[in-house]
Amino acid sequence: MTPPLVSVRNVWKSYRRGGQIVAVLNDISLDVQRGDFVGLMGPSGSGKTTLLNLIAGIDKPDRGEVLVDGVDITQLGETELADWRAGAVGFIFQFYNLMPVLTAFENVELPLVLTSLSKRERREHVEAALALVDLADRMEHYPSELSGGQQQRVAIARAIVADPTLIVADEPTGDLDRHSAEEVLELMERLNSELGKTILMVTHDRRAAVRAHAIRYLEKGELARGEDLSEQSVKEARRS
Amino acid sequence: MQFLKLIWRGALRHKLRTGLTVTGLVVAILSFGLLQTIVDAWYAGANAAAPNRLVTRNAVSLVFPMPINYREKIRAVPGVQAVAAANWFGGTYRDTTMRNFFPQFAVDAVSYFAMYPEYRIDPDAFHAFLRDRKGVVVGRKLADTHGFRVGDPIPLKGTIFPGDWEFTVRAIYDPGESTTDTSAMFFHFDYLNETLKRRSPRRADRVGVFVVAIDDVSRAAEVSHAIDELFRNSTAETLTETERAFQIGFAKQTEAIVVAIRLVSFVVIAIILAVMANTMAMTARERTAEYATLKAIGFQPAYVAGLILGESLAIACIGAALGIALTFPIGEWFSAQMGTLFPVFEVSQGTVALQVVCALIVGLAAAALPMRRAAKVRIVDGLRAIG
Repeated sequence: MTPPLVSVRNVWKSYRRGGQIVAVLNDISLDVQRGDFVGLMGPSGSGKTTLLNLIAGIDKPDRGEVLVDGVDITQLGETELADWRAGAVGFIFQFYNLMPVLTAFENVELPLVLTSLSKRERREHVEAALALVDLADRMEHYPSELSGGQQQRVAIARAIVADPTLIVADEPTGDLDRHSAEEVLELMERLNSELGKTILMVTHDRRAAVRAHAIRYLEKGELARGEDLSEQSVKEARRS
Repeated sequence: MQFLKLIWRGALRHKLRTGLTVTGLVVAILSFGLLQTIVDAWYAGANAAAPNRLVTRNAVSLVFPMPINYREKIRAVPGVQAVAAANWFGGTYRDTTMRNFFPQFAVDAVSYFAMYPEYRIDPDAFHAFLRDRKGVVVGRKLADTHGFRVGDPIPLKGTIFPGDWEFTVRAIYDPGESTTDTSAMFFHFDYLNETLKRRSPRRADRVGVFVVAIDDVSRAAEVSHAIDELFRNSTAETLTETERAFQIGFAKQTEAIVVAIRLVSFVVIAIILAVMANTMAMTARERTAEYATLKAIGFQPAYVAGLILGESLAIACIGAALGIALTFPIGEWFSAQMGTLFPVFEVSQGTVALQVVCALIVGLAAAALPMRRAAKVRIVDGLRAIG
């Protein structure tokens, strides 16, 4: 049996809010297999984004372990964690988080700046990533010259250009209209099915969640139940 | 390259904000440079002083003269090479406005000009001056300011020495060094003295200062002391000091003004520092989410801090370059407006260096807090920030 790509073991996390300690995650354990597409759902404040952040290495738990591809990232220092993220994680944010002063090409190139690739090699990777998201003809455009859906596709290209181990998406369709959301979700499905990318996605949107292979529900900082989605339930959800 | 792109494009992102900040920097650096140059001009006389020249005056006050017979006694002191009498004349040209003010001195022409090799005079013109009792030598700056040419008359109304005085320009002296004052007029001491003998005999044969050339600068203190000892317990005791100390003595009389000018010049820098700090703080705050994204992607906090520092220094350098470039033409214009009030008004290399240093300090200090905050903010908090 192959070990999971992501293994969260007995993780606790709390935050200080105005002098009070607020518990966000309580003794969470979760596995994500390589090549999985997992949706994290739950009401606001349930801790799903916090769990995503811990797995992505941009936050640390109070207790517990988070292993990604065999690396216990809870033991890494800040500098090591940044270096690890550069090679292991691709981020897709709700509001795209593109650099407004860089073109689409330059935005996608950002993760590659941290590698030892030559300028020519970086160009090849970026052009391939933009072609994959069907934006090869817009690479010299700035984010302000692109629609919301196009910006999110640029963000997806940026997330995959360095061939990361894991892609994390926090409400990737939260700021998009229905048509653009469908385009983005189809693209993510293709990344998973055709390129074998492991994707962990936080979403409120059932229509987005059913694109995943499995959904995990969080309630009040605890994993309530899991759901492996059958083809029938996916079709029904898409029709609604 | 990406790093420099982010810095440069970041600086131009809010063109109005950056433009206004740069304008503020230009004004501050320019003002600083002009104020420092005014301070330098204040001490120009001291800077132009030669180490082998002493000045002997009445120990009580410069206002009181000394007997002319002191000249030969001073000449006899070991270590003295030459002595020249010099009197401040203080006449009025046309009117009493600052624009028409210029210094006038009655001097022992031959010995005096021999002691000031930095006054470059055409030999023929100098001989013409020596031959004409009423002849004057004027400095190039003075000649340019009033359009004096050789042969022109200069009528003066005496104040210290009342009456109408007629002079004729016989020579124009040029500066031998950048610090040489060319705003003065020199005429024959003998002409002044002979006229006084007719008009006001009790004031004749009196000298304001003696300029003394010595042959060994290391003996300046010793020779000064020897000269003063000659006239101890006389009716006009003397105080002899180096020319530099004598000039500084003048500057010290208005030292409070100089201190105030220096203070204002640094206050100007402090004000623009506050403006820049506000600009950089606003800029960094607006981009909190972007910096958090860069850190999430894998860029180190130092990279993010470097972006802020780079942008701050870029703005500071642009403002400094323009401010320094403008200091020279505006300094020239200012000097022309002041006439001969500041005989030497030159933007020095030291002033330019100070301008550069101030701009760099502004750029660094303005970025310090925003850099620290951006580097330290947690990624999750930064991603939640609204710009």
